[in-house]
Amino acid sequence: MSRPSTHVHSAMPKASRDIIVSNSLGLHARPAMQFVDLANQFRSRVTVSKGGQEPYDADGKSVMQMIILAATQGTPLKILADGDDADVAVEKLAKLFDDKFGEE
Amino acid sequence: MEIKKGIGVSPGVAISTAIVLDAETLAVPRRQILAPNVDAEILRFQNALRETIEHLSRQRDDLLANQRKEIAGIIDFHIGVLHDKTLTDQIETEIRTHLNTAEYAVSVVMRKYAAVFSRMADRYLSERVKDIHDIERQLLQRLIGRGRLELAHLTGDVVVIARDMLPSQTASLDKKFVKGFATDAGGRTSHTAIVARAMGIPAVVGLGDITAEVSAGDTVIIDGNHGIVIINPDEQVLAENREAGKRYLEQETQLESLLELPAQTLDGHLISLMANIEFPTEVDDALRRGAEGIGLYRTEFLYLASDHEPSEEEHYGSYADALLRLKNRPLVIRTVDLGADKYTQDKASHPERNPFLGDRSIRMCLHDIPMFKRQLRAIMRASVLGDVRVMFPMITTLMELRQAKMLLNDVMEELEDEGVSYNRDIPVGMMIEVPSAALMAEKFAKEVNFFSIGTNDLIQYTLAVDRTNEKVAGLFCPGHPAVLGLIRDVVRKGSRSIGVSMCGEMAGEPLYTLLLLGLGLTTFSMNAPDIPEIKKIIRSTTMEHARGVARRVMTFDNERQVVHYLRDETRKIDPEAF
Repeated sequence: MSRPSTHVHSAMPKASRDIIVSNSLGLHARPAMQFVDLANQFRSRVTVSKGGQEPYDADGKSVMQMIILAATQGTPLKILADGDDADVAVEKLAKLFDDKFGEE
Repeated sequence: MEIKKGIGVSPGVAISTAIVLDAETLAVPRRQILAPNVDAEILRFQNALRETIEHLSRQRDDLLANQRKEIAGIIDFHIGVLHDKTLTDQIETEIRTHLNTAEYAVSVVMRKYAAVFSRMADRYLSERVKDIHDIERQLLQRLIGRGRLELAHLTGDVVVIARDMLPSQTASLDKKFVKGFATDAGGRTSHTAIVARAMGIPAVVGLGDITAEVSAGDTVIIDGNHGIVIINPDEQVLAENREAGKRYLEQETQLESLLELPAQTLDGHLISLMANIEFPTEVDDALRRGAEGIGLYRTEFLYLASDHEPSEEEHYGSYADALLRLKNRPLVIRTVDLGADKYTQDKASHPERNPFLGDRSIRMCLHDIPMFKRQLRAIMRASVLGDVRVMFPMITTLMELRQAKMLLNDVMEELEDEGVSYNRDIPVGMMIEVPSAALMAEKFAKEVNFFSIGTNDLIQYTLAVDRTNEKVAGLFCPGHPAVLGLIRDVVRKGSRSIGVSMCGEMAGEPLYTLLLLGLGLTTFSMNAPDIPEIKKIIRSTTMEHARGVARRVMTFDNERQVVHYLRDETRKIDPEAF
């Protein structure tokens, strides 16, 4: 039992990762779509949180909510997944940001 | 709660549910469904959603096949939005919990998103609001179909929120249910303002982005007295505004007590107050407010309200209707003034580069003689039913006037040959609304029986200002000394031999009443709701005093001085004037 104690009550595993939006246009329509398309391939619930002055939790499977995040270049975000494929979901979704959504 | 400041162009306070018109004039009335029909309504939404996605997918594939990747990308985004489960769930919840129709639910949810998008600081993201509007429209078209989204199908009281009201939209408006207007664009003399005043309902224009701020179904207060719009007011503000609305109506009633009294100055000069109308049915309201007749009947609404050019019988029917209601009081029929900002369905698709300087009004009529003659025949046939006078708009040169009069004579001869009765002594007048006509008033006065000064166009052409362009609308001022100089000369030169009236907006503005009296104007034609106020001012002054005011005003060299001085002078005799 290596799982942290905070997860004891949850039936499903959770995973999260902090990233920074690094592509120049930010999370605009096309990247938001790419993210949502990928997120929808996982069973886990996916949430993307923005802190700062206007905190907002977006449903990672909703393109409208992802755009409302208004995550421009340099915005720090947290990707959270909640479900049996949480680890791989977070890893794959974070990679989209690492790869700058294939922009450059 | 949100408070927006604009320009109040028609007084009063309206509180009602909003409908929002976008550029394509989709109006989605709030309609309820019955609880047992919820599942069927949701299914209707899901079908529309599926059809829209299928349609867009085909469109995208075609675009990709033609190497148009940019646009295909946009369509892809629209498809992505339609696949958004959070969004579609919200719409279904709106149907299920609020028992709204599918189209209303779509409109409410999409416009909420549109409002959020348009507020985003990032320019690229806020531009996406256009995509949201586009997606909404696609869904609505499938749910209702284009034709049925017209304003003519309202079922309950609403205030109309729009970018700008198009004349063709207002013409088809179901007036019973519309309680107020608020628009993004427009100035004091915009079409929305004119229509709202004629209807006697409050309007605020020049609000910038009110269409993005208001969602269909929001409660909206339109305070036309102060130029304020309040979106989703709290209880206290709501109560205050209900009170203000009531107070305004009381004041109106008080003014209507003037109804039976003549428009006479304290030293006994009688002034004629007439009303401007667009529809024959407006005659009743005009008389109720003290009009002595109709000084301007704008016949273009006959053309705008339907999708075909009106027949001679349709013209005749409208004129006869107005005359029946007027019972021998005068009716000045202005021949059709289309073009510029008022187009028939047919002409709207071929825009001119500079429509206000283009083929409009009398010019358009002289280019389409069969159409013009149809109207003239109807006017002449109606001329035996009452006190009918005919007036030509936008006359710029003597040749135009002579041509128009010649056609009128042709029509009379035709009727003569056919044995149809008409009044061969019908008074023929012209609008003075172009500087060239104002400057040549002396010459024109020899060829017509009356002048009517149209101030909106006269100001626009004298000052070179488009009154509907918010960036320059501030330059549009009736008090500009150049405009006043033209008006003074037209009144002076015309009054020597013929009748001179004014039917522009200026005639109904209390600020200018003293001045116009002093310049010698004896007939004022205005929107009916303005009549009691103007009458009150006339009854509170002497001609001698008004002449003094006019003399003083004509010494000023700028419009600010004019406006300030007139405001002070008017308040002295009527403290409630503004």
